[in-house]
Amino acid sequence: MLNVGQLSEGVVLDHIKAGKSMTIYHDLELDKLDCCVAIIKNARSNKMGRKDIIKVECPIDTLDLDILGFIDHNITVNIIKDGEIVEKKQLSLPKEVHNVIKCKNPRCITSIEQELEQIFILADPKKEIYRCKYCEEKYRGSRNK
Amino acid sequence: MRHLMSPLDLSVEELDKVLDLANDIEKNPEKYAHKCDGRILATLFYEPSTRTRLSFESAMLRLGGKVLGFSSANSSSAAKGESVADTLRMISCYADICAMRHPKEGAPLVGSMASQIPVINAGDGGHQHPTQTLTDLLTIRSMKGRLDHITIGLCGDLKFGRTVHSLIEALVRYEGVRFVLISPEELRIPDYIREDVLKASGHEFLEVERLEDALPELDLLYMTRVQKERFFNEEDYVRMKDFYILDKAKMELAGPDMLVLHPLPRVNEISVEVDADPRAAYFKQARYGVYVRMALILSLLGMGVELC
Repeated sequence: MLNVGQLSEGVVLDHIKAGKSMTIYHDLELDKLDCCVAIIKNARSNKMGRKDIIKVECPIDTLDLDILGFIDHNITVNIIKDGEIVEKKQLSLPKEVHNVIKCKNPRCITSIEQELEQIFILADPKKEIYRCKYCEEKYRGSRNK
Repeated sequence: MRHLMSPLDLSVEELDKVLDLANDIEKNPEKYAHKCDGRILATLFYEPSTRTRLSFESAMLRLGGKVLGFSSANSSSAAKGESVADTLRMISCYADICAMRHPKEGAPLVGSMASQIPVINAGDGGHQHPTQTLTDLLTIRSMKGRLDHITIGLCGDLKFGRTVHSLIEALVRYEGVRFVLISPEELRIPDYIREDVLKASGHEFLEVERLEDALPELDLLYMTRVQKERFFNEEDYVRMKDFYILDKAKMELAGPDMLVLHPLPRVNEISVEVDADPRAAYFKQARYGVYVRMALILSLLGMGVELC
């Protein structure tokens, strides 16, 4: 396997569905960080066959875990200190997501007032259904699926 | 401060109290004739509506209050590009309560988030029309004596008809309500109402195409108009608009106590010959619409039912 330098402090996002790392890179706005970010695509995985990994040399609170949970709550978040994994965070579906997805309903007020915040609320955690706060248009499933 | 965006914003207990208040207003109008002296209702109507706007205005005037507003987007600052939020910030300085209709879904909610005064959703696109639902519930409860254990037929445009969606959502909160959904294949109830509301609530429902088959078993028939403005395609509208016409002959198939309701305006889905039938309740329904709006205005202004 290609060797990417080991993190001494930071976060490793593991078990990302293969091919989705760039979407996550943009949604988490990692391009705006000054720190070192490594993206590994199509790494071999016993569990998934192939997977993507993102290594970020930043404190955990820099990352919006709500967005990550919305994209795919099966991603593993490993917190690294002194080169060791000190914590694995479980992601869950956030109750609300702001400005991650856009309402596609042409009759929604957000279609004409584009400065409005795009807010989706978790309506059914079992079925992973979100609804637009304004028009209640359904958005089914996380973005990664 | 409370707003009303959806009929479900009110708990069943709150709703019962609002309907009780509306019935008291009906019986003792003089008791309420000056309750809103010195208060102003703003009617912000971004799309044409005669009935709802006049009903709100009548309600406020009967409470002794005054009314200001506009009746189309062209005669408001929306034509100059003002946002809904800014309009509500401004109106909050001019009025004590506001009723807002907008063609875009969720616009009244956006308004309420910026408003300093209670906002009532008077219809937002195909989404919600809570005061029509309160009107329907008051009519049913006043004329049938109950909201539970009824069989209601909903007929016509069940796909785009927001009054139908809201009424179903409100009625599944009561026990023993049975729904007969009468529509052409193309205008059937949307999946989310079928799955998330009807099936999820466990209420019995039936989908049929022929009105004649359903009529004998109904306690109530709720007719709707096929709305031209909800179609993107003229051809589809023309094909659907005359699908159901309730006339004297069909009324003979119905029971002697079956009530006919309609949110109005009617076009040709109820023949005028039905108007003289004692079971035709749609004009009484319009009267109940004023009483329930009076009760709602009083309650949102803190002078009627206490809303948590």
